[in-house]
Amino acid sequence: MRGKYVIAGVGETRFGSLPGRSTYSLNIEAISLALGDAGIEKPLIDGLFVKYPTSQFEPLYAHRLAEALGLQPRVAMVSDQAGASNISLISLAAMSIENGQCDIAVVCFADNPKSGSRAAYARPRGDDAIFGLFGTAAGYALIAQRHMGQYGTTRSHLGEIAVAAREHGAKNPSAQLRKRLSLDDYMAEAPLVSPFCRHDCALVSDGGAAVVVMSAARARQLQVRAPVAILGFGQGHTAWDVAQRPDMTTTQAVASGATAFRMAGLHPRDIDVAQIYDCFTITPLMTLEDYGFCAKGSGGPFMHDIGIGLDGGLPMNTSGGLLSATGMPGMQLVIEGVRQVRQEANLQVPSVRNCLVSNQGGTMHTHSTLILGT
Amino acid sequence: MEHIKAALPQPQITSVNQTYWDSLKAGDLMFQQCACGHRWLPARTECPSCLARDWQWKKATGDARLVTWVVYHHAYHPSVADRLPYTVAVVELAEGPRLVTNIVEQDHPEPLRVDMPLALRIEVEGDTSLPRFAVRPPGEAETMAPH
Repeated sequence: MRGKYVIAGVGETRFGSLPGRSTYSLNIEAISLALGDAGIEKPLIDGLFVKYPTSQFEPLYAHRLAEALGLQPRVAMVSDQAGASNISLISLAAMSIENGQCDIAVVCFADNPKSGSRAAYARPRGDDAIFGLFGTAAGYALIAQRHMGQYGTTRSHLGEIAVAAREHGAKNPSAQLRKRLSLDDYMAEAPLVSPFCRHDCALVSDGGAAVVVMSAARARQLQVRAPVAILGFGQGHTAWDVAQRPDMTTTQAVASGATAFRMAGLHPRDIDVAQIYDCFTITPLMTLEDYGFCAKGSGGPFMHDIGIGLDGGLPMNTSGGLLSATGMPGMQLVIEGVRQVRQEANLQVPSVRNCLVSNQGGTMHTHSTLILGT
Repeated sequence: MEHIKAALPQPQITSVNQTYWDSLKAGDLMFQQCACGHRWLPARTECPSCLARDWQWKKATGDARLVTWVVYHHAYHPSVADRLPYTVAVVELAEGPRLVTNIVEQDHPEPLRVDMPLALRIEVEGDTSLPRFAVRPPGEAETMAPH
C-alpha cells in the first residue's frame, strides 16, 4: 500500500476560543475547507472517520455528524484511541478504500474545551483521586520524573522543546499562542505539577481539522491539485496504566514507528521534518528516542546538540505544535506535515521529501505514526 | 459562616475491593496473589496473567521503593487546596504490586530520588484509611518479604 493512498485535501478552523460553536459546526467548517482544498464535491464522500470530541462523549457521534453534513456514508465510525485516533483513522480509511469498503473518506476531529468545559483535563483519576491525583498533566509528569531519575534528563532539556515550539508558534499567524519564550523564562516559571510548569503543557483550544483520503489513482482522475502520498503507518498500544507500566520511560512509538518505517521502507535518517505529538514536553523527547533518532535516554541532550529548530538537525513541530499552535490533539500536526511535503508551509523546511508525524494519547497508552512523502 | 471543607473523592467500594479497604482500616495493606504466582494491585476479579479467579489476599510487609513522584503546586480540586504543595507517587511493594500513593513525613533530610526505599504509613483520612509511604529512615530495618 506504500504510496497508493494520498491525503488529497486538508482544512482547519481558527484555533483558540470560539464561543458558541458546536463541535458539529467546527467539523463542518474544517471538512468544507478540506473538500475545497482537494477540489472535490461533498457527495463524493462515502467514508466518515471521526475522533469524538474529548470534552464530551456522545453516542453515534459520527452518524450525527453525517446527518449534519447531509451524508449517507457507506462507512461511518468513531474511534477511541484518544490522541492517537486521527492518524489511526487515516490509516483505517486507507485500508477501507483498499478493500472496497468506501472510495473517498473524510477523517476529522473537532472540540470546544476552551469556551466549553475543560473538566476532562482536570478530572479525578478514579480511586487514586483520594491521594490527590487529578488532571492530565500529573501522569506525564510522573513519567518525566522517572525519565529524569533514570537518564539524567533535566528541566532545561524539557525547556528546549517548549522554547522551540513557541518560536515556531510566534512565527505562525494561525497559532493560538504567539508569544516567544526564553529558556531563562521557562526555568524561572513557577511549578504547576513538578517537574512541569505551565509551559510544559499543551494549550486548551477550540477548533476543528479535517483531511480527505483517497487513492493516488482517484486523485489523478479527479485532478486533485496537490495530493501527498501516505508512505507508511503503524500503531502501538499498552494496556498498563502509568502506575502499573513495567517500563514507564518507553513509549509505544517503538512499535508504531517500526511498523510505519518498515511499510515506508525508510529510516529515521530519511526524515526531513517531524511533527511529533507534544501534549507535554516529555512526550516528543521520549518519542524521538523510541523512533531511533538518538540512543534511548539521550532525548534530552538531542534537543540541544542536534536541535529541533528550523536550522536544527531535525526541524520539529514547525507550526508550533500542541504547545503553541493549538492544543487540538493531533490532526493539525498531520496538516502541517502535508504542507511541508507540498513545500507550502508557513515555516518551510527546504526540499522536504519525507515528513514523520506522530500522534499519541491517554497517558502514553496509544501511539500512531504516519509517514508522508513525495 | 462555618467553612465546609470539600471532601476528597472517595474510592468506589465494590465487592472486589472491599477487603482491600477494610484491611487498611484494620492496619494491613493487602495485595492479590494468584495460584499461578502472579501478584497485583489494584483489586480485580481475574488474574491479569493467567485469567484464573484462583487468588487470595496476602498481607504486604510495607517495604517499597519509589518508582516516581510529582509535587502538586496547583489545586485541581477544592479538597486539596489547603494541602499544597503535596506529593503523589508511584511505589512498588517489595512483593511486586504497584500503587499510587502520597509521600509523607517529608521533613526527612534526604531529597526524593527514584528507587529509594520507603516504608508504609497507614493514615486515617476521614472514613478511609490510606496506604501512604515515608522515606525509610536509615535505622528502620527492611523487613523480609514473605515468599
